[in-house]
Amino acid sequence: MDSIALSRQMLDGDRMIVNMGPSHPTTHGTLRIVLELEGETIVRATPEMGYLHRGVEKLGENLSYQQFIPLTDRLNYCSAIMNNVGYTTAVEKLLDIQIPKRAEHIRVLMSELSRVADHIVCVGVNAVDIGAFTAFLYLFKQRETAYDLFEMAAGQRLHTSFTRIGGVFRDLPEGFVPLAERFLVECSESIDELERLLTRNPIWHDRTKGIGVISAEDAVNWGYTGPSLRAAGVPQDLRKAQPYLGYETYDFDIPVGTTGDVFDRYLVRVEEMRQSLRIIRQVLDRLEPGPVMVDDPKVALPPKEKVYTRMESLIHHFKLIMHGMDMPVGEVYSATEAANGELGFYIVSDGGKNPYRIRVRPPCLPIFSSFEDQVKGGLIADAVAVLGAMNIIAGELDR
Amino acid sequence: MIIEQIDAQLPGTVTDRHAFRGDQTIVIARENLLAVVALLHREGFQLLVDITAVDWPEREQRFDVVYHWLNLASQERLRLKVPVAEGESVPSLTGTFKTADWFEREVFDMFGIRFDGHPDLRRLLTWPDFPGHALRKDFPLDGGDPFCMEGCTAPYNNGERN
Repeated sequence: MDSIALSRQMLDGDRMIVNMGPSHPTTHGTLRIVLELEGETIVRATPEMGYLHRGVEKLGENLSYQQFIPLTDRLNYCSAIMNNVGYTTAVEKLLDIQIPKRAEHIRVLMSELSRVADHIVCVGVNAVDIGAFTAFLYLFKQRETAYDLFEMAAGQRLHTSFTRIGGVFRDLPEGFVPLAERFLVECSESIDELERLLTRNPIWHDRTKGIGVISAEDAVNWGYTGPSLRAAGVPQDLRKAQPYLGYETYDFDIPVGTTGDVFDRYLVRVEEMRQSLRIIRQVLDRLEPGPVMVDDPKVALPPKEKVYTRMESLIHHFKLIMHGMDMPVGEVYSATEAANGELGFYIVSDGGKNPYRIRVRPPCLPIFSSFEDQVKGGLIADAVAVLGAMNIIAGELDR
Repeated sequence: MIIEQIDAQLPGTVTDRHAFRGDQTIVIARENLLAVVALLHREGFQLLVDITAVDWPEREQRFDVVYHWLNLASQERLRLKVPVAEGESVPSLTGTFKTADWFEREVFDMFGIRFDGHPDLRRLLTWPDFPGHALRKDFPLDGGDPFCMEGCTAPYNNGERN
């Protein structure tokens, strides 16, 4: 391997090679960074990835459209539902179908809950890496409640597989809305506590301000999206810019930073949590009873009681499982605003049961590709702060 | 909108075009790629969202290299496809877009398409000795022998390394 040869060759010089990862507490998953140091200053940083590469895109070519949904859970596993939503939205765009209003509301509700849960992990763990352990514990109590809500709705905490093509897996259970209401109040209090701990904390400022600074032009050129791009001062949010799932009807703001450093990314994420809670509040107010799946036997499985009692439904069930949906020939790219940025799915269909090609555009790959640029000339401790603020999720990075 | 501008400023470069479900796609030859990309960049398509490829083994030019662009000002999206035959290379966009670096490495890793002018065209997701290119349609789903490292000739990809 090149990097090992490199370390041997450089051993006698003044520079020192440090391997960060593949299994290191601050890499959050398995990725490896070969740091070349002069004293404590980083001269070169070579990221190596692929430790979690499972060939998701190759597997997708050999699975039917419905069977791919559980694989999307395993992309960004901190906010699995948002991947489910992104994928099913792409297939629905290919099929050109409109999902029922209630399904849209539930999708928005669950997406925003996962956005809060994802930002909690990112902000909390970033603080732990830098040495502020308390903030992490305050927030993780709320993350636990969010995961309880996922479990109530999907039956699973982490790998939710909650959405289906044409709607969602099932309606919200009893007791979901009261717990969600409580979550709104308690989570908002916890965010206040987090801000009291960190936002004006001089140690936090010293560790995060001016670290990982990036200009708006550079951020766009590197392909940044999501909170990292907004922290650099570009107000790009697909929920506002190219609304999907009726996001244009909700009232929320897009926080924007100025310098793009770790501190700004922290501020943007904290404010996004508050805005997500605002959206959840509005969804809860407009939830109305109704179907959660499209009424189309060519797309959605018929209800079980009908399958057992009606010939026609049994045939629909059989046809859908054995032959799949009638897919049009064509290609679509559909993007949604995931917690890390633009999560895109590019699907090429040749009309068959399986997609001909399915491409996942992970938001953190372009962000991580700028890692060396961000940490060069900095200290090794700053590399940890930058890595945490980028919110690299290896499952999504390596696919 | 942007397609009319490409037609006006670089007539004859767009060899095929279609619109499907609101996505606009143009197909251009690889010789014209850099000129079209320079025009796109000037016209505000500054976010290179994605680079990927699609393998069509029965076609003479078996790969489509697919680029997705987003114009942040007008929120217009454009898909650009460049057909290439096996062994042909595509000009690298790393000069204009830094984000092209890793995306092109990934396409090289998964499909074996080379990019001219790329500063460091190594594999991104698999290891350097990996036999073949995983997302080609003739690569087996189970991956063949995963421990096939040094000294073994890959049964696919004509035994060629890299």
